[in-house]
Amino acid sequence: MSDTPRFFDELAGTGDTARSPYADYATWFEQESIPDLRKKAAQAENFFRRTGITFNVYGAQDADERLIPFDVVPRVISNREWQKLTRGIEQRVRAINAFLHDIYHRQEIIRAGRIPAELIANNEAFLPQMIGVEPPGGVYTHIVGTDLVRTGENEFFVLEDNARTPSGVSYMLENRETMLRMFPELFARIRVKPVQDYPTRLLRALQASLPPAYTGSGKPTVAVLTPGIHNSAYFEHSFLAEQMGAELVEGHDLRIENGRVAMRTTRGYTPIDVLYRRIDDDFIDPLNFRPDSILGVPGIFDAYRAGSITLANAPGTGIADDKAIYSYMPEIVRFYTGEKPILENVPTHRCSDPEALAYVLDNLESLVVKEVHGSGGYGMLVGPAASKREIKAFRAKLVAKPANYIAQPTLALSTCPILTKAGLAPRHVDLRPFVLVRPDGIDLTPGGLTRVALKKGSLVVNSSQGGGTKDTWVLED
Amino acid sequence: MLGKTAAGLYWMFRYLERAENTARLIEGGFRIALTRPDSADDEWAGVLDSIGARSPYLARHETFEQGQVVNFLLRDPANPTNVLAEIKLARDNARLVRTALSREVWEAVNDCWMQLNAALSRPVPLRDLPEVLGLIRQQSALVRGALHGTMLRNDIFNFARLGTFLERADYTARIIDVKYYVLLPTVAQVGSQDDNMQWEHILRATGGQASFKWLHGGEVSARAIADFLILDGRMPRSIAFCVGKMQSNLNYLAREYDLRKPCHDMADALLGRLSSATIDTVFEHGLHDFNLDFVSRLSALGAQIETDYRFDR
Repeated sequence: MSDTPRFFDELAGTGDTARSPYADYATWFEQESIPDLRKKAAQAENFFRRTGITFNVYGAQDADERLIPFDVVPRVISNREWQKLTRGIEQRVRAINAFLHDIYHRQEIIRAGRIPAELIANNEAFLPQMIGVEPPGGVYTHIVGTDLVRTGENEFFVLEDNARTPSGVSYMLENRETMLRMFPELFARIRVKPVQDYPTRLLRALQASLPPAYTGSGKPTVAVLTPGIHNSAYFEHSFLAEQMGAELVEGHDLRIENGRVAMRTTRGYTPIDVLYRRIDDDFIDPLNFRPDSILGVPGIFDAYRAGSITLANAPGTGIADDKAIYSYMPEIVRFYTGEKPILENVPTHRCSDPEALAYVLDNLESLVVKEVHGSGGYGMLVGPAASKREIKAFRAKLVAKPANYIAQPTLALSTCPILTKAGLAPRHVDLRPFVLVRPDGIDLTPGGLTRVALKKGSLVVNSSQGGGTKDTWVLED
Repeated sequence: MLGKTAAGLYWMFRYLERAENTARLIEGGFRIALTRPDSADDEWAGVLDSIGARSPYLARHETFEQGQVVNFLLRDPANPTNVLAEIKLARDNARLVRTALSREVWEAVNDCWMQLNAALSRPVPLRDLPEVLGLIRQQSALVRGALHGTMLRNDIFNFARLGTFLERADYTARIIDVKYYVLLPTVAQVGSQDDNMQWEHILRATGGQASFKWLHGGEVSARAIADFLILDGRMPRSIAFCVGKMQSNLNYLAREYDLRKPCHDMADALLGRLSSATIDTVFEHGLHDFNLDFVSRLSALGAQIETDYRFDR
């Protein structure tokens, strides 16, 4: 077995010494002992458990609360790298909002022949009810979590756009909180851009898109809508509501009163101006969407259309992060911004295309195949890591419903060291920065969630599949 | 505040108080069992009565053997009001209303749940029982301390306190009721040895031994204990104290919301009855009847609070 690194490492690059963003950290690290750091890691875990930073795993037998493993070695990004990512993400998010407005209005991009009409018309993520609707402030995606991966010093790719209800921002905040507690001396030596004001920025962004029904008297009322205590991201929902000083509501706390969405309080029903909803489109309104939903509020979509409430994100944004649309993103960016995309897309084979399907079937062992509407790392095939039997089973699914799948080359994801018993060991990582969209601009918090595949060699970083997280540092100059 | 949040706060503190009270009750029973092993079985039967758990217990067990009773009260899933289940419910409610709690209160209740989960994961051996009961009281006190030390005195705080005092008043009334036969004034000035033991049990189960001694010196009598537990406004677990606190919590809400509700009149009436009573009129009325009447009025007041502040289910 050779020890030659085949992957770009965030700490060491392709060589043996620390890259410049890690120079100060590496100096500090050399003076630390592994057993001491391991002790700190155990303390960190204890801190997470005490704070109740847990998530629920769907489909697990002992499905109660679990911790997402936290690794104490930070993922460090230089300010220069961050500036480039910021420009790329802003460009992409601007294009996504323009695309959504266009798709639900004149559909110029289809008229111009840049994307096929059936891609929209036949897409489950397209919400015909949103046609002609003007979202307050013109914003569709108030919150976006752009998933990035890196394969080399200057090679960043957008893996997913997550324009519906991206999660994980509470981990970005709690990971930093934990690191500040564990290693205060590190932050005294190294100047890291703060992330802690994210909840304030989120609140401001939500309040910047007030609905026409808001009369302008008093503070606007913001609430967070959660499916409830059993949802996998419940901790995050309550955390964000708490940090924003907003109410955390469930569907049964709400009803329509005089055309406004109102919550049942100890003083009676109080109207809500902006609802940060963490419930999928399908479930949000049993009168307009899935009639069997008990999580939503009957009539809330009609109130939205009538301009009496802001829903963040707007219904129907899923069409922008659909994996079949994804392959057209470079085209979409060019069409709406008139610029060359700053961030690259991963080359994507649309299995609906017979030629692409034939190629994918011939190369399953080397490709990553994903469900078009899937998320969370469920229902995907990582060819190089799959057994013959898994590939065979997947092949059958693919042949049965090719339009349900896209395939991408297996990327050589960068690695970042994690702390193990034996010391540092490289593991694959990705990065999800969190983007806020306001009517007057885009606000990107310097940092994000670094997810890490804890199993040696694994490329799947999802927490539901055994991934962990790291604090993400963007350095001041 | 959401009605649901008021409910979560109220129930979180009711369950915590209930768990603590069950621990106090076991402490009282355990003490008697140590000093008077002959009457231990009767004592444990009485303990089960105090929290209305005799019949679910007898559905599973034939004798009131100490180990079984203690296990039933602390952790047996067959008993829906076991301490561990109550702590879990308190923590579930806290999780539901986390946005309304300070970080310290949340951490205290989460810690309480984790520690008791570990301590009660298997039957508690006799020699560890005092320590475990102490742990339950201590963990409950830590949550209460975090509430007092870190929470804003607004409606959130007042709903939490309403839950505490309603549960506590109910508990004290039940203790008195189960033991009312030893609290009746007897002809003899000085109680028998049995009486003394029972009185000590009652004081222990209400956490009032030291306060009572401080107030009454060595002069222990049924009348003095009944007065202490029912009418003494200085005793933080007496009925009068708890109802007085509930009235002031409710008055806060009336001021804050600028609206009086039916529950305010009910609380005033209940406190009025207690203020105008003396221990002699209570005994004239009949201690048992007085208690029955009080428990039903208290439960009606609880239901009215839930309706008035929109957290009835």
